[in-house]
Amino acid sequence: MIVGETHGLAAPRITRSTLALYAGASGDHNPVHIDTDACRAVGIPDVFAHGMLSMAYLGRLLTDWVPQERIRAYDVRFTAITPVNDTPVCTGTVTRIQGDCAHLDLKVALPDGTVTLTGSAVIALG
Amino acid sequence: MALDPKFIGRTYPPTAPYEVGREKIREFADAIGDANPVYRDPEAARELGHPDVVAPVTFPIVISLGAAEQVVFDPELGLDYSRVVHADQRFTYTRPVRAGDRLVAVVTVENIKTMAGNDIITTRADIATVDGEHVVTARSTLAARGTGDEAGES
Repeated sequence: MIVGETHGLAAPRITRSTLALYAGASGDHNPVHIDTDACRAVGIPDVFAHGMLSMAYLGRLLTDWVPQERIRAYDVRFTAITPVNDTPVCTGTVTRIQGDCAHLDLKVALPDGTVTLTGSAVIALG
Repeated sequence: MALDPKFIGRTYPPTAPYEVGREKIREFADAIGDANPVYRDPEAARELGHPDVVAPVTFPIVISLGAAEQVVFDPELGLDYSRVVHADQRFTYTRPVRAGDRLVAVVTVENIKTMAGNDIITTRADIATVDGEHVVTARSTLAARGTGDEAGES
C-alpha cells in the first residue's frame, strides 16, 4: 500500500428487497428501513437504508483490497440517510503509513454528491 | 428528558454465548451482496489460513446490536428508541469472527451527552470467545433526536 492509493466500489441499487434481507440477516428490524406505512405514520416519506448496509459495502471494498485479518480498526460516522433505490459509491484512500500500519480515509456518497458516511480504517502491513 | 450521566461506566452482565454458524454467515454475506467464497466455503477459507469460514467485517453488529438491547431497553435509563438514529460505528479487531466461535459480549456505557437537544449515547461491546480470547470490540453511538433537556429550542 502506498500513500494516495485509492480504491472504489459501486454498490448495487438498494431495493426494498435488499433492506428486507438485510433486516433479517442483521437483526435490525427498525421499521424505518422496511415498513413504508410505519414511516408515513411518523412523517417520514419512505423507507431508507440501514447505515450499516453502507458500512458493509465499504467493508467489502476493504476485504477485496487487503487480507481481512490485517484490518485492525474500522470506524465510520453516518452523515446522511440513503434513500431506498439509491446507488452508493464507496471510496477508500491511503492517507499515511505510520509504523507498520496504513491509515485509510473512507467515504460513501450518492450519485447526487451527498456524502452519507465518512470513516477511517487501520490496516496492518503484514 | 435527558439521559442520566450516572450511567456512564455502567457495565451490563455478559450475554449468553452466541454460536456463530456457517449458514448465518452465508445469509449475512448474501444480504450485503458479497460473493467472496471465504464467507461460504470452508476449503476456500482454509486456503487463506482460516480454520473455518470467516464472517464479513461488519458481522459483529449482529452480536453487539443484540447485546446493546440491554442498554437501549433498560427502563431505568429511559432511552426513547423510536427516536434513535445510528450516529457512528467503530470496530477494533483482534481477528475475524469465524464459524464455530462461541462469543460472549460485555456491554459498557462509555459516554452520555446532550448536544443540540439530542441525547447521545455510546456503548461498547467487548466480544470474546467463551474461553476469554478477545475477538472484536464494537462501539456504537446512538442519537435520540430531540429528547435532551435543551429540546424545543429549534
